[in-house]
Amino acid sequence: MAAHIVGKKTYFGIFGALMVLTAVTVWVANFDLGRWNAVAALTIAVVKGTLVVLYFMHVRYSSRLTWVFVSSGLIWLIVLIALTLGDYMTRGWVKIAQ
Amino acid sequence: MESEVQNKAPRTHYINARYGLKSWLFTIDHKRIALLYLASITFFFFLGGLFAVLIRLELLTPKGDLVQAETYNRFFTMHGVVMVFFFLIPAIPATLGNFLIPLMIGARDLAFPRLNLLSWYIYVVGAVFTLIAIVGGGVDTGWTFYTPYSTTYSNGNVLLTGIGIFITGFSSILTGLNFIVTIHTMRAPGLSWFRLPLFVWSHYATSLIMVLGTPVIAITILLLAFERIAHVGIFDPKLGGDPVLFQHLFWFYSHPAVYIMVLPAMGVISELVANMTRKNIFGYKFVALASIAIAIFGFLVWGHHMFVSTQSVYAGMIFSILSYAVAIPSAVKTFNWTATLYKGSISYNTPMLYAFGFIGFFIIGGMTGLFLAALGLDIHVHDTYFVVAHFHYIMVGGTIMGYLGGLHYWWPKISGRMYPEGWARFAALVIFVGFNLTFFPQFLLGYQGMPRRYYAYPDEFQVLNVMSSAGASILGVGYLIPMVYLFWSMRYGPKAGSNPWGAFGLEWRTSSPPPTENFKVTPVVTWEAYEFSPVEETEVIDISTP
Amino acid sequence: MADTHTATPYGLAHHFDDVEQQREAGTLGMWAFLITEIMFFGGLFLAYILYRSTFPDDFAAASAHLDWKLGGTNTGVLICSSLTMAMAVYHSQTGNKKWLIICLLLTMILGAAFLGIKAYEYHDKYVSHLIPGFDFHWTGHGSPKHVEMFYYLYFVMTGIHALHMIIGLGIMTVITVMARRGRFTPEYYAPIEISGLYWHFVDIVWIFLFPLLYLLGAHIHH
Repeated sequence: MAAHIVGKKTYFGIFGALMVLTAVTVWVANFDLGRWNAVAALTIAVVKGTLVVLYFMHVRYSSRLTWVFVSSGLIWLIVLIALTLGDYMTRGWVKIAQ
Repeated sequence: MESEVQNKAPRTHYINARYGLKSWLFTIDHKRIALLYLASITFFFFLGGLFAVLIRLELLTPKGDLVQAETYNRFFTMHGVVMVFFFLIPAIPATLGNFLIPLMIGARDLAFPRLNLLSWYIYVVGAVFTLIAIVGGGVDTGWTFYTPYSTTYSNGNVLLTGIGIFITGFSSILTGLNFIVTIHTMRAPGLSWFRLPLFVWSHYATSLIMVLGTPVIAITILLLAFERIAHVGIFDPKLGGDPVLFQHLFWFYSHPAVYIMVLPAMGVISELVANMTRKNIFGYKFVALASIAIAIFGFLVWGHHMFVSTQSVYAGMIFSILSYAVAIPSAVKTFNWTATLYKGSISYNTPMLYAFGFIGFFIIGGMTGLFLAALGLDIHVHDTYFVVAHFHYIMVGGTIMGYLGGLHYWWPKISGRMYPEGWARFAALVIFVGFNLTFFPQFLLGYQGMPRRYYAYPDEFQVLNVMSSAGASILGVGYLIPMVYLFWSMRYGPKAGSNPWGAFGLEWRTSSPPPTENFKVTPVVTWEAYEFSPVEETEVIDISTP
Repeated sequence: MADTHTATPYGLAHHFDDVEQQREAGTLGMWAFLITEIMFFGGLFLAYILYRSTFPDDFAAASAHLDWKLGGTNTGVLICSSLTMAMAVYHSQTGNKKWLIICLLLTMILGAAFLGIKAYEYHDKYVSHLIPGFDFHWTGHGSPKHVEMFYYLYFVMTGIHALHMIIGLGIMTVITVMARRGRFTPEYYAPIEISGLYWHFVDIVWIFLFPLLYLLGAHIHH
């Protein structure tokens, strides 16, 4: 089974999308949206990262195993962050008498 | 079969294929690299053991009379650092795993042989840093390196030791990566996942932890080092940082690291139980998947080390419940091994004695682990000898039983010689008695309230401490005996055939010791895992000698 | 398979059965390595998220002092380098040696440009006394201690990222030399593909670092 060759057009299309999204993330950051600034910035970053992973890194055309590898890395990252932040977020719930 | 091998002219195998120091230091043969690891970890085992001897000597009497408190702090730290990072973690994967995984899956080598050699060199470089740190006075932080003591107040060689552990971590990462890729891509034709030996399954699970967990300890130690150098950082309360964040990051790796130590031992035990009872493991698929489940659950429970820190009580509850969940796949394994014994034709030889020892120790260590996972009880016994006894039952009782059992079982394959069975059984018995005498009293001490990491203690604890020290000296002798007779057997032991145990598995279908390329012909697997049959007993085909 | 003396395909190592198995192993190995990289940077991102949510205003004030134009330019530079890297894989697959080498060289030039701009920024921070633990003075808004924490994270995160860029440049040099010597064919180009995976990953890390570090204070007038 030969590897899938991704065409030039796809590469340039993805490149264009990445540049546009970079411009958008800069533009959005100029507005004071409170906590939504972070949400917008992270959403755009996730979209950009996904585009790179799927097309530049060929995951879209790769075996199921590659998909499993990529997603397991992300899931473990989420476990690390979520369980740790779970501690910090619930620390204030019990008020200890001073 | 044995005579068949002996009648041949001196056969070329991986040991006599090439001679000279260079042929070992630049080898890319997984079997030779396994032996390089075997030599290195044996050195560190006895170095770590030396510190254990010093600790037990100090604790013989209630007063701190042998050494200063500061020196004692260094002893237990160096004992922990050396044993955990330089012996227990590489113990089974880097030696038996390295040697056996390609043989068990019918491959000529691991997927990345050069990377495999590189990971041994990385281990050595990390080890050298740590040795310099030890010679230069050692560290006194405990193997856990808790901040802010390690970043700000300790005057030990924290940086050097940290760098050593950081570097060695990459050795572990590369080994895990190599195993994962090898098991995915290099299996012999016909060897589907559920035909794999359970040893391979448990090493796959171990590798997952190595790959997913080790990088986190690497970055944590790096941050610790920066903070120690720059005197500012994220664990520093002066900048609004939280020292407990270090504990989160540290235990995210170091709790699963316990499974890096014990999962490979479980793999060994599965092989021993199946082959020494001549039965397929009861519930093979459950045992295989339990390995993966332990690896996954193992990542969700690290907070149970932090019940008495500032961790929120709600996070504590979650971590406590999740910790109980790990007991399920662990119990699946234990019950299934026991069920396999039922109506099996059990051989009570040395490897099997170690397997029985493992199961016993693992049950005691695992059950006391459940005590510690209970929020309320943990507050009482946290940082006491109860914890010390618990994790020694798992990490020493479990891992070393698996390691020694596996070493004996595969010794004929590794060396081509049999070990002396009588001595070996005697040593197994000495180790079993010595281990229990050392660590069982520590459960009682801890429950009565003796804290860990103190060099002096009240008089009423002396009897149990003397028992523990006496046990440790028996245990030490028990470890020396195999060292002596295994060396002896390399030269004088009776020659072993390809399959001295009548065991199942591809590694027994090539000659002992195997040729450099493992198999003359790539094997084609047409049988299920542990498919013992009366035919198999008499006719195990040796496909290495066509 | 049995006889290793039959014509071995080009670039095939002794322990693999065929080139396809070797390529699969190589790619999988790189992905496994990238997972370790995710977790490695993950520890840093965790620390960042924790302290940013604890001290949001101080972090925004500190971030406003970073030059988002330079950071943005660097983002563009890295995306361009990812494009040239992807094109290098394309040209190796189609066997166009000349363009393969041009693309690899362009990738390296862009990578070097990124590091140049980064070095300029570091120098600027040095001049403005913003190096934590060394010579830190903060006169702007926000608690100086928390701002120092931000800059500590900034230096550790971008520093480790820059180190990955330098390693990437080393890999690219080796690959380019190999390409010049004609080591690659449309059947055997796995080293380029695998190095490309690494390069793109380093790009992705920056895609996250840029908004998190440079843009969170952009709405504050300064």
